[in-house]
Amino acid sequence: MPTSDNLRQTALYDTHIALGGRIVPFGGWAMPIQYDSILREARAVRSNVGLFDVSHMGRLKIQGAGAAPLLSRVLSLGAKSMRPGRARYCLICNQDGGIIDDCIVYRNSEEDFLLVPNAANTVAVIDWLARWNTKPNTVSINNITTETAMIAIQGPQSIPTLNEITTDDISSVLPFNTIRTRIDGIDAMLAHTGYTGEDGFEVILPAEDAAGVWRLLVEQGAASCGLGARDVLRLEAGLLLHGNDMSVDTNPYEAGLDRFVRPDRRGYVAREALLRARDNGVQKKLVGFFMTGRGIPRHGYAIHHYGRNIGEVTSGGPSPLLDSNIGLGYVPADYSAVGTHIQIDIRGRLIDAEVTSLPFYSRRKK
Amino acid sequence: MTPDALKYSEEHEWVRVEPDGVAVLGITDFAAESLGDVVFVELPELGAELTQFEKMGEIESVKAVSDLYSPVSGTVAERNESIIDSPELVNDSPFDAGWMVRVTLADAAELDNLMTHSEYQALLEAQS
Repeated sequence: MPTSDNLRQTALYDTHIALGGRIVPFGGWAMPIQYDSILREARAVRSNVGLFDVSHMGRLKIQGAGAAPLLSRVLSLGAKSMRPGRARYCLICNQDGGIIDDCIVYRNSEEDFLLVPNAANTVAVIDWLARWNTKPNTVSINNITTETAMIAIQGPQSIPTLNEITTDDISSVLPFNTIRTRIDGIDAMLAHTGYTGEDGFEVILPAEDAAGVWRLLVEQGAASCGLGARDVLRLEAGLLLHGNDMSVDTNPYEAGLDRFVRPDRRGYVAREALLRARDNGVQKKLVGFFMTGRGIPRHGYAIHHYGRNIGEVTSGGPSPLLDSNIGLGYVPADYSAVGTHIQIDIRGRLIDAEVTSLPFYSRRKK
Repeated sequence: MTPDALKYSEEHEWVRVEPDGVAVLGITDFAAESLGDVVFVELPELGAELTQFEKMGEIESVKAVSDLYSPVSGTVAERNESIIDSPELVNDSPFDAGWMVRVTLADAAELDNLMTHSEYQALLEAQS
């Protein structure tokens, strides 16, 4: 399938083509949206194990004596208190409290961090770090996105599947912790994180080894999955997508991400705006809803309440797991209570829906 | 795969004229495959008047919404309610269990505006 010349390709591009992946542009990259069937791929992750190429996401090495102070200034949670081997989900907010990106930060050692921003925001994040890097002689920022690859292995069988090919047993690695080990002899970092609502790991490894590891995992029974299944799964798990469900025009409190923000820290760049947002409350709130009438909500559709346009759908689609059509969207805080009856304008027809609690789906923890 | 006794439109719908003169409509395997998993179908109401090559409904996959066009003019005599409840039938069996509506033809001569099987195959090859 022809793709535009200016799209970047991950180290797994040829593997996706060989496996029948259907390629679409995403965040400046040529990525597989599906291989065989989005719904089958989503079910494979819920019931067994699936693989996602997430190499398009940025990988920034931030090192040096000034690394922890710099990250603490720009991240919504402090980095100084992180123990080596830990990972944290956090936000990068501007001075108005708007969300530039959401990302995961990993601390490998005292002066060695890895930051993983979204593909489309990697440049903005690098610029933002540079802007607040007041002691550049104590911090080095290296973009290692191209020389590495990142594969997410997700699903109830992800850990047994990985354990077949890793040197160390990864069963004891707690969520949001990492381990450095070998996969089929290749040095890799494995993080107990993901974006599907299932148990799983994300593996960072040298770009040139990615295709071989992907093949090996497929041989172990993992299903190749595309961005389509990833979007279905993250929506079911109530996980937000930057650019859809949050942006520089929303703050973390509006997005319901309160627990990932600690604004009251000296030197934090978004401190003033976020303290104000926290203390004054918010006008709009992100809610989850499910359709009670027939129809599929989609990004950009209007949300109505008794004939009045009150908001907009930011993500929506079918949930194969719940056998229902679900969505996320912003409404005035007064309409955000669970059970509120709303309607979605589906191409000119108002279809009934109901505000529900998030996440839509939460796996039973062992 | 694509049955050769049917007539085809450029919008990838098929028409099969039954012995009683009623036309059965659906979308082709190519269309179903291109859409991906079909998760929602909106069909015209019983008795609705369809016009050839005009919109008659909507079909949605996980990621996208597409219009359904009628390859013929006529009156909707029957709807395939089973694809409302089980849209995956459109993927699993586009020419059979995944049919969409039965239509009483307004003008059988319109069928000449459609492609034969070999003409449709040529169109697919030209597009691939």
